[in-house]
Amino acid sequence: MNGSTQSGDAIIEIRHLQKSFGDHEVLSDINLSVRRGEVVSIIGSSGSGKSTMLRCINLLETPSGGEILFHGEDITSRAVDLRQYRAKVGMVFQQFNLFNNMTALRNCTVGQTKVLGRKPEEAQKIAMEYLNKVGMAQFINAKPRQLSGGQKQRVAIARTLSMSPEVILFDEPTSALDPEMVGEVLEVMKLLAEAGFTMLVVTHEMSFARDVSNRVIFMDKGVIAEEGTPAEIFGSPKQPRTREFLSRVLGN
Amino acid sequence: MEFFRDVFNIVVKYYPNLLRGVGYTMLIALTGTLAGLVIGLATGVIRTTPLSKNGVVRVLQKILNAVIAVYVEIFRGTPMMVQAMVIYWGYAFASGGKTLPLIPSGIIIVSINTGAYMAEIVRGGIISIDKGQFEGASSIGMSHWQSMYAVILPQVLRNILPSVSNEFVINIKDTSVLNVIGVTELYYFAGIIKRQSFQTFQTYLVVCVIYFILTFTVTRLLRLVETKLEGAENYTVFGSQSDSAAEIRIKKEA
Repeated sequence: MNGSTQSGDAIIEIRHLQKSFGDHEVLSDINLSVRRGEVVSIIGSSGSGKSTMLRCINLLETPSGGEILFHGEDITSRAVDLRQYRAKVGMVFQQFNLFNNMTALRNCTVGQTKVLGRKPEEAQKIAMEYLNKVGMAQFINAKPRQLSGGQKQRVAIARTLSMSPEVILFDEPTSALDPEMVGEVLEVMKLLAEAGFTMLVVTHEMSFARDVSNRVIFMDKGVIAEEGTPAEIFGSPKQPRTREFLSRVLGN
Repeated sequence: MEFFRDVFNIVVKYYPNLLRGVGYTMLIALTGTLAGLVIGLATGVIRTTPLSKNGVVRVLQKILNAVIAVYVEIFRGTPMMVQAMVIYWGYAFASGGKTLPLIPSGIIIVSINTGAYMAEIVRGGIISIDKGQFEGASSIGMSHWQSMYAVILPQVLRNILPSVSNEFVINIKDTSVLNVIGVTELYYFAGIIKRQSFQTFQTYLVVCVIYFILTFTVTRLLRLVETKLEGAENYTVFGSQSDSAAEIRIKKEA
């Protein structure tokens, strides 16, 4: 199975994506497509361009070249309503980025009312549903500074889910957490994967990549060096640099 | 003993004048500070807005930013007393001898002057907010203005409140320079009282104490507001078995 072949139900299709910061080329010729319901893990060492690629997908970084198609429409063109697009492509950050001036509940409703135009009652109902799902319903009145890292990240996931996104991008969601809090966030992500959400996950958690995702992408020096099923990547990696990376992070 | 009686007599005899002076001083300082804050917020938001991709808008933004920069430099770099003379008499000169009413003139001068300082205070406040707050807002599709209004500015206002209080206290004292154009604030009345009582030291001592009472009270009051804005340190865990107040009840949104 080759994941990058074009298929009719691709939600996101990246073609020849290129990104440079000044003279420094961070991404060169990235091609990737994500189908509905797929959970794709992106692994690779720091500086390999994983996060930059993810940030290009919802245009927090402007690509220097190439196309990003969302349901066949190039979102790098000016004609696209960027705000509506971003509402459909959720993002979960390493540093959570919850709104510090709002309670957990308000964090999950503000985008719904302001961007999607939902009624406050409806927004609250949806927010409560997802806060429940991530196990944070008890803490709806807490401000971010009163929550632990793992709790913040779960609220951040609920905030993203509340926008009813078609795809969720996770940018190293557990990297800023204390080790004992990684589990609670991964547990939530596993639930989402089982529920059929389309997810693109940049991660250093190899167990998540191996056990939860349908497809694993290994990035190195700004290119996709290898991709395949978790069994292929973790069982019999073809590229020497994939083998080298995996032996380093898995410690054998 | 006689000295204290003199001081007491000044207070008793001239208290209507002193009170009027206090009233105008506070009116000008308060409205000037608030208007200055509004100017600061507006210029701060304009100057931190990313340049547009649209060429025409981009040029307009650059011109506006340059105008704001010049305004800030000029009004921070010249004494308010001189600004008062230039603005008040400049208007009279341009209008062929008509002068502006005094109290509004005072308010305008203090507002413009404070605005220049507030512009920098607000800009610093916006810059100091973690970039992640903007990114979180854009990632759920909020526009620049929506993130400013709902996420960034509330945090900025809370963070800059100590500086704003400071500006207010400075303004209470600095309105005294407005006596050069004849605004009837506290210091202006001190001059009148001095000329009638021939007791210069006693008069200014009374005025000095009044200024201190004003600034001290205002400082304490604003400190209270600051702690209030910090918000509650605790929150209720909903559905808790041990706490009967923790029944799940969702506050209606405004």
